[in-house]
Amino acid sequence: MRLPGLVGSTWVLFRKDLLVEWRSRSRVNALVFFSLATLLLFSFALGPDTALLRRNAGGYLWLALLLASVLALGESFRVERENAALEGLRLIPVDARAIFLSKGLANAVLLTALGVLLVPVLVALFDVRVVLSWGRLLTLVGLGCLAIAAPGTLYGAIASHARARDVLLPLLLFPILIPALVAAAKGTTLVFEGDPMDQLPSWISLLGSFDLLYWGLGVVLFPRVVEE
Amino acid sequence: MELAPALQLREVSKRYGARWALVRLSLTLERGAALLLTGHNGSGKTTLLRVLSTAVRPSSGRVEVLGIDAARDPQGVRAEVGLLSHANFVYEDLSGLENLEVLARLLGVRVSAAPGALERVSLSPKDDRPIRTYSAGMRRRLALARLFLKQPAVALLDEPFVELDPDGVSELETRIRELRAAGTTLVLATHHIEQGLQLCTDRLHLEQGRSIAA
Repeated sequence: MRLPGLVGSTWVLFRKDLLVEWRSRSRVNALVFFSLATLLLFSFALGPDTALLRRNAGGYLWLALLLASVLALGESFRVERENAALEGLRLIPVDARAIFLSKGLANAVLLTALGVLLVPVLVALFDVRVVLSWGRLLTLVGLGCLAIAAPGTLYGAIASHARARDVLLPLLLFPILIPALVAAAKGTTLVFEGDPMDQLPSWISLLGSFDLLYWGLGVVLFPRVVEE
Repeated sequence: MELAPALQLREVSKRYGARWALVRLSLTLERGAALLLTGHNGSGKTTLLRVLSTAVRPSSGRVEVLGIDAARDPQGVRAEVGLLSHANFVYEDLSGLENLEVLARLLGVRVSAAPGALERVSLSPKDDRPIRTYSAGMRRRLALARLFLKQPAVALLDEPFVELDPDGVSELETRIRELRAAGTTLVLATHHIEQGLQLCTDRLHLEQGRSIAA
């Protein structure tokens, strides 16, 4: 028996997490419909003012993703709580950092796919146009979802031990995510509205720095969270 | 050089809130031996197995497995120990074979060993149903297959006969004898004392977390 290293274990668990998500497609479907309903509710709440809807579309996209992320993160740890699967991984033994990296990446992939799916809905509902390149929009969506996934996975693990876990996760997560949410929403609005002052690189840098900080913190702190 | 014993506990205690689950427990078990752990519900059997597997840390005292200090090197202990517990450590949405293949990759053993481990406990590798459709007995068999795939030096079995039908019990007895013949050190916690005595060399009786002469 020769245990795989950090990268090998992360890859095995990442594939397992995606396979579990694929097998339980009803959960993914629920996530998609929840996000769509959120966007629809924003449009109904603000009325038929197209200019207002278009101006705020970036913010609505990220609010929909943020609210959906709470469901996705909670669900990903419910799967690990069931049959004490997370404890089983620890006792194999799997490096706890690999558990964090794989689960965080799987959550980021799921949210990014959801984000990509929501953009055409924004175009249809809020009459937005992608003025800058689609590549920049994808970069923003990817970095923003990585920013939600890292602290979300860390706090998801903390909250999964608590009785009021469904309330605790957003309480812990939302305040931390404010800088990332602002950067992602502002950047997305620039992609939709145009960027005459060339501000987009600054927002992307802020998101990238947030990602580096929280993925690093997660790798260091997650092993302490999952050990007794 | 003399080999360290398989298990060595010195004055191990474990407290959950105000309740002591284990009280100053000391124990030495030689390699290849089989310890029968008996006691009423709540006597500390499961807690002892969880301490030995490093699933929980003792509140005080020292635990060594094959000479490895569990406090200093829990990962080293985990690599040598296999725990069959009340929880099955499996993913409900995956099939039995998929669960074992993930385990094989994480253990660094050949993935092709997974079907054999399933057949060893009379489960079909071709059964692609998710675990959530399995009966309690089938889940127990799958948990056993996980243990056989790992081939630990020390096997900790917590009520292994529960939820198995008579054929399953007899099959498990055979597998436990095979483990022993292969030199695996065994700790077996069970209420089936007669079966346990046939399989084990030593006995430890627990009452309220304390060792009592059986």
